[in-house]
Amino acid sequence: MGSIGHVTPQTLHFADPLLLRSGAQLAAYDLVYETYGTLNAKRSNAVLVCHALNASHHVAGTHAGQDKSEGWWDNLVGPGKPLDTDRFFVIGVNNLGSCFGSTGPMQTNPDPALGGRPWGADFPVVTVEDWVDAQARLLDVLGIERLAAVLGGSLGGMQALSWTLRHSQRVGECIAVATAPNLSAQNIAFNEVARRAIITDPDFHGGHFYAHGVVPQRGLRVARMIGHITYLSDDSMEEKFGRQMRAAELGYSTQDIEFQIESYLRYQGDKFSAYFDANTYLLITRALDSFDPASGHGGDLSAAFAAARGNRFTVVSFTTDWRFSPARSREIVKALVDNRIDVSYAEIAAPHGHDAFLLEDPRYHGLLRATFERIGRTIR
Amino acid sequence: MTAVTTEMQLIADLVPAGARVLDLGCGDGALLAHLQQAKGCSGYGVEIADDNLLACARRGVNVVQLNLEEGLALFDDHSFDVVLQLQTLQHLKNTESMLRETARVGRIGIVSFPNFAHWPHRLSVLGGRMPVTKTLPYQWYDTPNIRVGTFADFEVLARRNGLTILDSFGFHSGHVVRRWPNLLASVAVFKIQRG
Repeated sequence: MGSIGHVTPQTLHFADPLLLRSGAQLAAYDLVYETYGTLNAKRSNAVLVCHALNASHHVAGTHAGQDKSEGWWDNLVGPGKPLDTDRFFVIGVNNLGSCFGSTGPMQTNPDPALGGRPWGADFPVVTVEDWVDAQARLLDVLGIERLAAVLGGSLGGMQALSWTLRHSQRVGECIAVATAPNLSAQNIAFNEVARRAIITDPDFHGGHFYAHGVVPQRGLRVARMIGHITYLSDDSMEEKFGRQMRAAELGYSTQDIEFQIESYLRYQGDKFSAYFDANTYLLITRALDSFDPASGHGGDLSAAFAAARGNRFTVVSFTTDWRFSPARSREIVKALVDNRIDVSYAEIAAPHGHDAFLLEDPRYHGLLRATFERIGRTIR
Repeated sequence: MTAVTTEMQLIADLVPAGARVLDLGCGDGALLAHLQQAKGCSGYGVEIADDNLLACARRGVNVVQLNLEEGLALFDDHSFDVVLQLQTLQHLKNTESMLRETARVGRIGIVSFPNFAHWPHRLSVLGGRMPVTKTLPYQWYDTPNIRVGTFADFEVLARRNGLTILDSFGFHSGHVVRRWPNLLASVAVFKIQRG
């Protein structure tokens, strides 16, 4: 098993307006993407990998001249890896509203009246469905009529599910990992605390902080800290940090770091706030909150998945993931079974919480390997 | 991968061609794969063990990882033509409710389990020891068979739960046993339906 090696992101400009679910439209936009492997002559071996909250088009491989630049799913995607790039043509796309190159709030608002200021808070609210529609347009340009598979974890899993509901004919298998058919109230609540942390940061300036030469870093830090807590399990946090202290004894400080877990969270918050855009954080958590395919069917998820009768599914959850719990994945499986849709479902007993979907568990990766081998056998 | 055994073939013969099948405790998926290929059946297996799940995925058999002790809430009433409950009932704490679930979800249920009244077992107990045989290879203290029942016992349990026995017979050494199955068969097989 090797790495893909250096990869180069590409950008495509789209001049046809994209009508968004909110009713707004993007007159023109760019999508940044990467591809790995070779598209076969029949263009039938493409697999789209959808990214979650803080990831990007850079799924695998490295960027030349950058240390530690492995893609976020490099352990899964590559030559000889479970999603084998010797066999499949893999595509990663940065979603609209993100801050890694595709059109988003950091880029210039095309409205001439605004004199070239960034979109900031005026960037239209985007949804999972909008992303999927934009991804479909990218495939049009790449000349791919049908994906062998679409794969995603967490918010990426929602996109993978949405593919089968919106463009069922254009995809074979949907592999949805550590995801949910919608967010629970508790989940939305976590997102809202994160958003409030950002919005109430004095450096936020109503989302137009770029002009002030500042970034609401404090808000982003807290947002990331909250997020990070929910991505780990109680057990894994206990094992990693327990009550380990920074110093030999308690300092009885209300402000300084006493416990290692505090240090870890602050580090994660600092790292994140240095590269992630605050408006993107708001947009992407909103996309998470709003995803709810059953809502167009009176809350009946089985009725929603009637649109996916031509697809096959692999659904994976992790036992200690409390942010996207196995019970939520089982709701998806139930909706599929109700429609007599082919589905396999694995509930991996992993200790790492939601983060498990990015880690290399032999049962998890073994299952995905077997799944992609099966998909590979059906490709002509 | 496991080949299709005689016992598996005999069970497969009970499943109508083209049936929607739910196989509870489907193991490595060999029977489901056989039913798909030979009889055009479709459906799902249910398994708890990770290695069996992987084996099913490798065969391309639909498999859902579930603990049968938690019931079959995932599946609607009569949503399958046949529910297979082969050699699993004896491992479950909730044997009785699982049997009812089998009959609820499937139009027919096919159940098999080790028959503790098979004559060598009787001899063993007469001799004062719990049986340890080819079909029951475990010691009393390490057996996964937490439910110990006989062919005759099952008839009583089925009646108690309002289930109709459509057919019943035994298996032994790859043969169907229809004469005195409670005495002569190591495995009991029942084809049941609700009402």
